[in-house]
Amino acid sequence: MNDMSADSYVTEDGRTIGGVVMEMKNITLRFGGVVAIKDISFDIREGEIRAIIGPNGAGKSSMLNVISGFYKPQEGEVMYRGEKRPPMKPYQVAQQGIARTFQNIALFDGMSVLDNIMTGRLNSMNASLLSQAVWWGKAQKEEFENREKVEKVIDFLEIQAIRKTPVGRLPYGLKKRVELARALAAEPSLLLLDEPMAGMNVEEKEDMSRFILDVNDEFGTTIALIEHDMGVVMDLSDRVVVMDYGKKIGDGTPDEVRNNQDVIDAYLGVAHD
Amino acid sequence: MLYREAGDFKTSYQKDSQTFPLKFDRMGYWTVMVVAFLVVPFVINDYWANAVAVPFLIYAIAALGLNILTGYAGQVSLGTGGFMAVGAYACYKLMTMFPEVSMLVHVVLAGGITALVGVLFGLPSLRIKGFYLAVATLAAQFFLVWLFNKVPWFYNYSASGQINAPERTVFGIIVTGPNTEAWAKYLFCLIFVVVLAWIARNLTRGMTGRKWMAIRDMDIAAEIIGVNPLMAKLTAFAVSSFFVGIAGALFFSIYLGAAEVGEAFGIQKSFLILFMIIIGGLGSIFGSFAGAAFMVLMPVFLKNVLVGGLGWPTDLAAHLEFIIVGGLIVVFLILEPHGLAQLWRLTKEKLRLWPFPH
Amino acid sequence: MPDQLLFAIEVTMNGLMAGVLYALVALGFVLIFKASGIFNYAQGVMALFAAMTLVGIQNGQVPFAHLINAVFGTEVHHFGWHVPAILAILLTACVMVLFAWIVERYVLKHLVGQPDIILFMATIGLAYFMEGFGDLMWGADIKKLDVGLPQGGSFWLEENTAWLGGEGFYGFFIDKLDMVATVVAAILVASLVAFSQYTKQGRAMRAVADDHQAALSVGVSLRFIWVLVWSLAGFVALVAGIMWGAKSGVQFSLSLIALKALPVLMLGGFTSIPGAIVGGLIIGVGEKLFEFLIGAPFLGGATENWFAYMLALLFLVFRPQGLFGEKIIERV
Repeated sequence: MNDMSADSYVTEDGRTIGGVVMEMKNITLRFGGVVAIKDISFDIREGEIRAIIGPNGAGKSSMLNVISGFYKPQEGEVMYRGEKRPPMKPYQVAQQGIARTFQNIALFDGMSVLDNIMTGRLNSMNASLLSQAVWWGKAQKEEFENREKVEKVIDFLEIQAIRKTPVGRLPYGLKKRVELARALAAEPSLLLLDEPMAGMNVEEKEDMSRFILDVNDEFGTTIALIEHDMGVVMDLSDRVVVMDYGKKIGDGTPDEVRNNQDVIDAYLGVAHD
Repeated sequence: MLYREAGDFKTSYQKDSQTFPLKFDRMGYWTVMVVAFLVVPFVINDYWANAVAVPFLIYAIAALGLNILTGYAGQVSLGTGGFMAVGAYACYKLMTMFPEVSMLVHVVLAGGITALVGVLFGLPSLRIKGFYLAVATLAAQFFLVWLFNKVPWFYNYSASGQINAPERTVFGIIVTGPNTEAWAKYLFCLIFVVVLAWIARNLTRGMTGRKWMAIRDMDIAAEIIGVNPLMAKLTAFAVSSFFVGIAGALFFSIYLGAAEVGEAFGIQKSFLILFMIIIGGLGSIFGSFAGAAFMVLMPVFLKNVLVGGLGWPTDLAAHLEFIIVGGLIVVFLILEPHGLAQLWRLTKEKLRLWPFPH
Repeated sequence: MPDQLLFAIEVTMNGLMAGVLYALVALGFVLIFKASGIFNYAQGVMALFAAMTLVGIQNGQVPFAHLINAVFGTEVHHFGWHVPAILAILLTACVMVLFAWIVERYVLKHLVGQPDIILFMATIGLAYFMEGFGDLMWGADIKKLDVGLPQGGSFWLEENTAWLGGEGFYGFFIDKLDMVATVVAAILVASLVAFSQYTKQGRAMRAVADDHQAALSVGVSLRFIWVLVWSLAGFVALVAGIMWGAKSGVQFSLSLIALKALPVLMLGGFTSIPGAIVGGLIIGVGEKLFEFLIGAPFLGGATENWFAYMLALLFLVFRPQGLFGEKIIERV
């Protein structure tokens, strides 16, 4: 870790970006004959906001699923904190401090907002079944300690009023926010956001951007996000990976990517300008 | 005294997570408890105990158990009858092997043994989902019934193949066998119901319950945020089977007294319990009680009205029962998938706002 | 040839015949599942109901006689006529179509978009309803079903195979009814496949099975297809009801064949017609042979009660999509 922190730097707005936390090395993922990701490598550094962009079907969500351990790539390695990550179940990946949100909101519809966010704390709660069954001792203590942390997240994201509402009844924008709250409650060291602003109006997008920046700024959380809205991506992120048809066609700061000819041809050029 | 939460401020998380947030509900709960423990035992007679109270209490336990598995953890089981049989036969073997030991111990141990069997049959749930799993649980149902039918050791080599509950006691009070008094049967079951309902409530409001519900609502997302699916499902199978096993032990030893496995614990029993939680309310503890009460009372009611009142033949009443139960299942699934419990909740919601509904 | 081996062959042949009947019931499941994603638990009760209705119509029974007599104190039982088998079968088929329409109108329409498991439980409710309704309409007594199918063992086969074995072997015993059932099932399957491949309605049916939304957008009427599919399933139930009814009488246990069809489906995959057939044959042969070789000699018999489920359970643990089902790629 020491040698990596050597190349840490300070951004214009005064945040410190550290060494490499996660590195994807030559990842290839296939479904039968379809190649979803082809030989992609990139890294994510401590404290940065890293964006993955690309047109529909470029393999962005598949990449996030590889990081989550949900898809197992046929080739390549995932390095986490300098070490090769052994084959893992998704829940083990979560236990390592990687939390995420989903493209099509994946909240637990039958539970209240509070309970949904509480599930984010499950990796730090380990009272025995017996203790929970009698609601005594460790189980109760743990419940209230973690409830306090969850309340802080609720305050942070300004969703106090809907605490006890069943999630199924919430409008889309609030659901997205609750999902972010659930991921934040886990106090992750790496936060993956799959299209956090998809389907939102301008105002909601502004709110969400502010939350993402605040999370990164206040807690120093490393964030990797997928987003379609180019404007938002360029404003938010420190570095950007561009994917197209499962291949990486660009990687660098927003300015570098913006001026990359391949990217302009494949993506930006088609989209506008 | 109005049904209001105004003025009833919660000043700690402890208070905020209590079972009955409203004072009115808490009073209602304690009233029910006082009546159940201090009034009913003195007035209950054999008819009420055998036709209504004891079956209701036992089915409530079974429904709680299945509701944990199906309503909370989302794993549909059609093997409830088979697991009840495990509880019953475990209890029978324990009763005959250790006659001096208190019935309390036997029943709890029977639940524990059933929990182990439940975990065994729960193992495939990691790979098999939805109604595939429901069908797989039929394997447990049919295999277990066959096992208790074919292996004489389980029924102590009795000529009839039946098991008969010998006389056993708790603190010197007879609770099984023909000489048991109505109040003793009732109280024995009531104690189990109250303790188990309390445990079910505690588990479902804590992290275990959240993991179950997360698996139920979206299993893939649950795993990605850190729920170990196998552990979550197996704890659900274990706790659920523990409840169902206790219900089976009580059903045989306290309620029936003698049992033949195919008749007492066949596939029909599995459906009966499933119907209780559908009508009562999936994922609701109150619903388990409501469903059990409904399914116990309806046949009694039909019989009294149609056979006793109108003089119809009993088989007609039985056919009508099928039609009503089947029809109600469909109606509830269409109109109110959360069952009687949801109707109750909506009524309370209205009451809270009454008389100014907006 | 040693007698033991000959007996094993006989058991296998009987297993194949039983398997054909399982496959027949399973086919009804597959039809409905493919077109509507509904796992229709009521399929077995539909077979029972169809058989009861057929017998009732044939014998001129008065529907709801028991209820009418109880309410009005009358003594009506029969109209006093007998309906020819063919006409009765046609009338019963009409009843099953009517039933399909009612189910679509009053149940399915209201459950569109619900989770599979809710739909499954709804069909359990439907099964209970139909069972009570059938009993109320036609009475719960065991009925004899006779539409003129040949019964009893085939002497010709027995006489001509006796020479294969020694003293203890009297030739293969195979029920003529089972042979008829095999032929009928084969014809039914062939015509269903032809129907779904070569007719307009059949194509619409397959379109719906593939993708509800897409089918709707090209103008296929979902509701019509559902009525069609449930009618077909009702027709399959009628055929299965006739075969099983003729074999062992029309009674409650007939509805339990639905339970036997479930492991067949788990083995064959819920969406595959060939799967239902192969699965049926495997279960039919498997359970008969297991009982003959292991169950009866070593386990005290009656292993047919659970063998199919255990087989399906073990199988599914290793191949959750069944023999012919499509592999599911999970996404988030």
